[in-house]
Amino acid sequence: MQSVLLAPPKPMLTLTIDGESVRVPEGFTILQALRKKGIETPTLCYLENLTPVNVCRVCVVEVVGSRVLVPSCSRKVEEGMVVLTNSERVQHSRKLVLELLASSVDMALVNEDTKRWMQEYGAEPEKFGEASAPSQEGERDARHSGHHHAPHSTTAETVAQPVKVDNDLYIRDYSKCILCYKCVEACGADAQNTFAIAVAGRGFDARISTEFAIPLTDSACVYCGNCIGVCPTNALMFKSEYDMRQAETWDETKQTVTETICPYCGVGCNLELHIQDNRIVKATSPLDRDITQGHLCIKGRFGWEFINNR
Amino acid sequence: MDLHFTSATATDEERSAIDATLDGEAGALQPPTTSERFRKRHLLLPVLHAVQSRVGWISPGAINYMGERLTVPPAEAYGVATFYALFSTEPQPPTVLHVCDDIACQTRGADALCKHLEAEFGKEGVSCANGAITWKRSPCLGLCEKAPAVLFQTSGEECQDYTLAPVNAEQLSSALRGKPSKEFRPIHGLPPQTVTPAMPLLKRVGSVDPLSYEAYCANGGYSALRRALEIGAVEVIRELSSARLMGRGGAAFPTGVKWKAVSEAPAKPHYVVCNADESEPGTFKDRVIMEQDPFALIEALTIAGYACGAEQGVIYIRGEYPEATSHLQNAILQARSAGLLGNNILESGLTFDIEVRRGAGAYICGEETALLNSLEGKRGEPRNKPPFPVHFGLFGKPTAINNVETLVNVLPILLEGGSQYAEIGSGNSTGTRLFCLSGNVERPGVYEIPYGATLRSLLELAGGVAGGRNLQAILLGGAAGVFVRPDELDIPLTLEGARAANATLGSGVVMVFDDTVDMRRILTRIAGFFRDESCGQCVPCRVGTVRQEEALYRLMEAKGEPQKELALLAELEQVMKDASICGLGHTASSAISSAIHRLGVFQGVKE
Ligand SMILES: Cc1cc2nc3c(=O)[nH]c(=O)nc-3n(C[C@H](O)[C@H](O)[C@H](O)COP(=O)(O)O)c2cc1C
Ligand code: SF4
Ligand code: SF4
Ligand code: SF4
Ligand code: FES
Ligand code: FES
Repeated sequence: MQSVLLAPPKPMLTLTIDGESVRVPEGFTILQALRKKGIETPTLCYLENLTPVNVCRVCVVEVVGSRVLVPSCSRKVEEGMVVLTNSERVQHSRKLVLELLASSVDMALVNEDTKRWMQEYGAEPEKFGEASAPSQEGERDARHSGHHHAPHSTTAETVAQPVKVDNDLYIRDYSKCILCYKCVEACGADAQNTFAIAVAGRGFDARISTEFAIPLTDSACVYCGNCIGVCPTNALMFKSEYDMRQAETWDETKQTVTETICPYCGVGCNLELHIQDNRIVKATSPLDRDITQGHLCIKGRFGWEFINNR
Repeated sequence: MDLHFTSATATDEERSAIDATLDGEAGALQPPTTSERFRKRHLLLPVLHAVQSRVGWISPGAINYMGERLTVPPAEAYGVATFYALFSTEPQPPTVLHVCDDIACQTRGADALCKHLEAEFGKEGVSCANGAITWKRSPCLGLCEKAPAVLFQTSGEECQDYTLAPVNAEQLSSALRGKPSKEFRPIHGLPPQTVTPAMPLLKRVGSVDPLSYEAYCANGGYSALRRALEIGAVEVIRELSSARLMGRGGAAFPTGVKWKAVSEAPAKPHYVVCNADESEPGTFKDRVIMEQDPFALIEALTIAGYACGAEQGVIYIRGEYPEATSHLQNAILQARSAGLLGNNILESGLTFDIEVRRGAGAYICGEETALLNSLEGKRGEPRNKPPFPVHFGLFGKPTAINNVETLVNVLPILLEGGSQYAEIGSGNSTGTRLFCLSGNVERPGVYEIPYGATLRSLLELAGGVAGGRNLQAILLGGAAGVFVRPDELDIPLTLEGARAANATLGSGVVMVFDDTVDMRRILTRIAGFFRDESCGQCVPCRVGTVRQEEALYRLMEAKGEPQKELALLAELEQVMKDASICGLGHTASSAISSAIHRLGVFQGVKE
């Protein structure tokens, strides 16, 4: 429910973006100001319904007077700020961030926007060399902080590793993980309060993990799937989708999306059922709804499986 | 909070280690929160230490038990445990030998030492001597003046970690073949410089018993605190400002400004924190102060607490400093029983106490906001700034964080008066400065010199290049600093002078390399250091440090096209400088880039 505003309206601040003056309410982030002005800004770790972690750095802009670039997704606008979104430094950093990610992570299933940004910023991840061989199962999970082997000098190290399939509902393909922290936030204080997963390890060996990398079935996970809902790279994926992709039957052109209300309880979460060949293949929930902000529970997220099993 | 735990249970030993820590003294810090999730979480690191040193590793059962007692989800506790190099989440032998193979030790035989260990005890990380020991390479242990250095990390009841430096192969072999030592071996190396009473920072070092409160008091101890209480908090801060005291931890921020901001911050409580993480390769000055004059730091931090309106101070010391830790703990106990910590200090109504917290092998925890997160029981990941710690610090409260050397400077400032102090040096470079000389230098060690001397005169003071050999380069400021050439020795050692020469004094590192050193090998070690020590949070640094190391290896092994690799390194440098979250990423290519551009290390490579 929307409450009635009684507080006085926020004071307005004036900033300059790429030479043009813009007025925004106090408390706006630079990203909000950029969006208000219609300037497209790439983001990967930012999501409206999560606390900004500002770790991917693809959204950086130049703020005149600041020695380093600043993350637009979390930096609040200040009166008189002069922001450049298209300077050489901004272009360079965004391009390099995309290149560094794509050279180390499998980005094949990222969203269309990200693919377009890769093009627009001219990312050439190949320049760091051919990808190294994937690591063995469990090898990355066992890496010890502060110790690594000398690099293989002709190839580029990646996070490639076998997919984790340890339950019937969703899979974790950390070869596709850009470490955006979103799943951890969604599982934790930002939504689910289950804390089944966290970041473990350090540096390039940092990874999303349960305690001691135990299977999800032994962990605190309650299969709400909220982590899947926020993952920007499809590293987390419905088992149904994963199986169909493996069988090469997944075909988004054949899919329709039906909006409905989850029938299970009185909360009334919005559901989007993705249907292919008359079967529900996954369930999502729109981010911009008051009730759930995209988050669901196991029933809404996976409760349709039995329908398919008729 | 409803937490889910696996069925793994803690052993009696693990339980008793955890209980003893939680029921003991460790609870001095009281976070100003009622949230169940965060009330006890700050005790996570002390508890992990307790388990690690009792049983040698952090087991699933131990994680569950500490999670229950501290209300920390096991996945998060595991995430914290795996962040630190000194914790193991797999069983390992009771003695782990950490052998420094970092750059200063490399100039003094570290590689040969590692080869010897490999031949005698097998590969790094493999358990040997019937499962009693294992050895591992380690980043700088902060003992560079005694290179090569090792740390014995021991576990079991009443075991005490200890360091040995310098060591040779035979000593190591016999130490490893003997029983793990319970004996405590403090390092009592004297500074090579002739210490005089006129030196504000080193004057007691080597001549006054560091374990005795009486000896400290008989040698001028606690007169600065009395003075502070006499003139009042506002005046103390004014003295710092007129002294123009700049932080000695690397960033050279004015201490007076920092303390003023905290003292005036409306949110309560306030905290003061001493950054004794000292993990910048080549830096060991803070260790010498803490080992040899620990009461000075306790007194200075008490003054900080008084000036900033804090009742609680914390010293965050790196886990690889067992001797310094024990000297500080001894000093705190003695000060407490003498009434110089606790309630109503010197009848002034001042309440202040100090807790020592140990890091666990993570350079990044020296970055002030990572340090705060580490203290709070989180992963040592730096926070995005703003907000700054003076407004949003420990537990979200106003916090003054200062380096050890910065703090001990407060004593002479109060004793002489700020403007008198500022008579030495010029501009913002006032007072004296500790420099850490190591590498191929005749008399390595800590030197205290007035700001303004040249690099040449400091090198001469230390006896010049060891064995009279030729100078190849000097690393100034640490791995996050820059290399300078033999023809740049006239650089004045001031903040301004270094900046004008496109260099930095950083944490006071002056590491000397003679012409026999293969600088390419030094560079790959530096690159490996940053790759290992990146917290992994942000893309430019997490992946950039890996790509930087790979490119250097290609250059060193003459694979690929040198011009392409050099261009790649330049691109990486730019993105890490511009878009990283913290200073680690910002400076991860600084030394490497200076070696390429100033020393021309790869000029000879065939194209
Ligand atoms: C990666 C990194 C490591 C650091 N390590 C240390 C350290 O070990 N000790 C220290 O005093 N400052 C260290 N600093 C600087 C601190 O962030 C901070 O500036 C300093 O503690 C402030 O104290 P000061 O003003 O007294 O120098 C480090 C900074 C970075 C970016
Ligand atoms: S499914 Fe829900 S509970 Fe399980 S890891 Fe994902 S967010 Fe956490
Ligand atoms: S699994 Fe997905 S959501 Fe989680 S950190 Fe990786 S990319 Fe982000
Ligand atoms: S720059 Fe490096 S160390 Fe600093 S926050 Fe980013 S990843 Fe962590
Ligand atoms: S979107 Fe801003 S840092 Fe990731
Ligand atoms: S102790 Fe080995 S380099 Fe510092």
